[in-house]
Amino acid sequence: MRDINRREFLKIAGAASIVGLLGGWEAVELLAPGELEAKYLAKPEALTARRWAMVVDMKKMDEAIAKRCIEVCHYVHNVPDIGDPKREIKWIWLESFEHAFPHRNHEHVAERLKEKRFLVFCNHCNNPPCVRVCPTKATWKRDDGIVMMDQHRCIGCRYCMAACPFGARSFNWGDPRLFIKKGYPGYPTREKGVVEKCNFCAERLAKGLMPSCVEASKGALVFGDLAETTSEVRGILKSHYTIRRKLSLGTEPSVFYMV
Amino acid sequence: MIERALTGSKRYWGWIGTLVALSAIGSLTYLVQQFSGTEITGLSRDVSWGLFIANYTFFVGVAASAVMVVLPYYVHDYEAFGRIAVFGEFLAVAAIAIAGLFIFVDVGQPLRSFNLLLYPTPGSPLFWNTIILPVYMALNILIAWGALGAESKSVPPPGWIKPLIYISIPWAISIHTVTAFVYAGLPGRAFWNTAILAPRFLVSAFASGPALLIVMCIMIRRLTGFDPGKKALGQLGVIVAYSMILNLFFIVLEFFSSFYSSIPSHTHSLKYLFFGLEGHGMLVPWIWTSVALAVVGTVLLVVPGVRRNDTMLAAACILVFISLWIDKGLCLVVAGFIPSPMATITEYAPSLFEVIIAIGVWAMGFLILSILYKIAVSVKEEVMT
Repeated sequence: MRDINRREFLKIAGAASIVGLLGGWEAVELLAPGELEAKYLAKPEALTARRWAMVVDMKKMDEAIAKRCIEVCHYVHNVPDIGDPKREIKWIWLESFEHAFPHRNHEHVAERLKEKRFLVFCNHCNNPPCVRVCPTKATWKRDDGIVMMDQHRCIGCRYCMAACPFGARSFNWGDPRLFIKKGYPGYPTREKGVVEKCNFCAERLAKGLMPSCVEASKGALVFGDLAETTSEVRGILKSHYTIRRKLSLGTEPSVFYMV
Repeated sequence: MIERALTGSKRYWGWIGTLVALSAIGSLTYLVQQFSGTEITGLSRDVSWGLFIANYTFFVGVAASAVMVVLPYYVHDYEAFGRIAVFGEFLAVAAIAIAGLFIFVDVGQPLRSFNLLLYPTPGSPLFWNTIILPVYMALNILIAWGALGAESKSVPPPGWIKPLIYISIPWAISIHTVTAFVYAGLPGRAFWNTAILAPRFLVSAFASGPALLIVMCIMIRRLTGFDPGKKALGQLGVIVAYSMILNLFFIVLEFFSSFYSSIPSHTHSLKYLFFGLEGHGMLVPWIWTSVALAVVGTVLLVVPGVRRNDTMLAAACILVFISLWIDKGLCLVVAGFIPSPMATITEYAPSLFEVIIAIGVWAMGFLILSILYKIAVSVKEEVMT
């Protein structure tokens, strides 16, 4: 190798630093928020709202419909069927009145409520404690009120599970892919070590489709914009008595039960 | 200075070897967990935090308790603590390492840990912990290293450690307050949702940390040529005693608020923990053991004669330490998850894998502690001769 003297070395080093600086500046420009940042545009057919909400009509809902809702949801989201209640993953499931509404339960609850089982899922709270505690913003509330999860950012600390007063969140203790009987190609599977939950079918809304459970519910689940005074959900809420889960905790659930 | 850790007696190397072996066993078991998932733990959908997070909580407390030595010595010129200040600070360093490792082994995606810094979330107490714990560790390393380095050269400590010491005092309080905030701010977990949680954490920390420090110092006195001083240990014993009395008092306050108000959700976890709920009571024998050890340990420490007797003092401190570990390093976290949000009861017991990994983390922490203490003791022995 050719020997270089001090002067030459300094020249090369100086030139290299300038190139390096330019590269660095380029990186700053690229990463800075502005025009280069990709903009998200909803497709024209997408369903949009200011605050999505769900009404569960317990008069129309029966166990058969509920089971169909669960089946469809868990199929289109590749939710594994683990079986073990300690380790199971569930986005939507059935609970008795006593367990779905422990704050409202008492020994003289009406028979018709005692006998019924209620579909429960993420409440997509307006004031979600899970979002508050997540240390990596892996779960957040969208402008349309949907509480979303980024399974690629989640570090699996499970703080959101401690924060959720509804038990809506499941953790992948092991590899979920081993427990998916029939895979659904339209939605990604998850890996072990991340949290997941109901997403109000955000991926379907983007394509102009109603949530899968709503489609399967034969009208027992009504989905719509809570912020829109003329929406169907607002119409129902105006004229019927509805309850929400653990309202006293101030999380403001977006799921209403018509009992 | 580090070279002092590289020479030592056969007994020293035997101890280091044991800790390395335990760390290795723990690490290998952790690899099993990494490959098969956290399903090898005893955790569940309902009790989603267990032994690891509880130990993290407990050791943040041990770390914070260094302030009980630093404050009297540096701010109030309590000279007797001069001989043990470095040991308190090094204990804090090892305890933070243990706490951090427990978080690391608990999370499902440890390789994504840097997401904590890439997506800073000032609203999350867990985010604050990842920032302030390493800083607290650095403060204690710098302070202890600076003071010890000066001591080895027989010169006064460098000027820059003074401001660091003053920063470290409120910092110590803050780390354990934030740890309490991890729990205290959650709706629907009434057991933790109490304003007294942070003070409870602090007083139990000011008992467990100094109790461990006393035991360590008595071992140093017995095993090495350095004497940390009877007066310092007796005074630390007083701190442990008062902190324990406050801790027990705070628990009584929790009982009063919960049971006198009789709000069901506020009594459920306490009932589960102390008396069993709906036929489930796995933690009942543990918590009563903790209570018994706490009472005996505290009564012993209140007696001046006990504090003057090395063996008795060490025994009382061990009782206190075990008691607080059971209370905070196991029961407090688990009972908060019982009953579940659905008002059902799923119990939790750590799996063998979890216990082995936890022992491995403890061993790594004590390895760090042993190396730091070896350096400190060697310096102090040299200065004496």
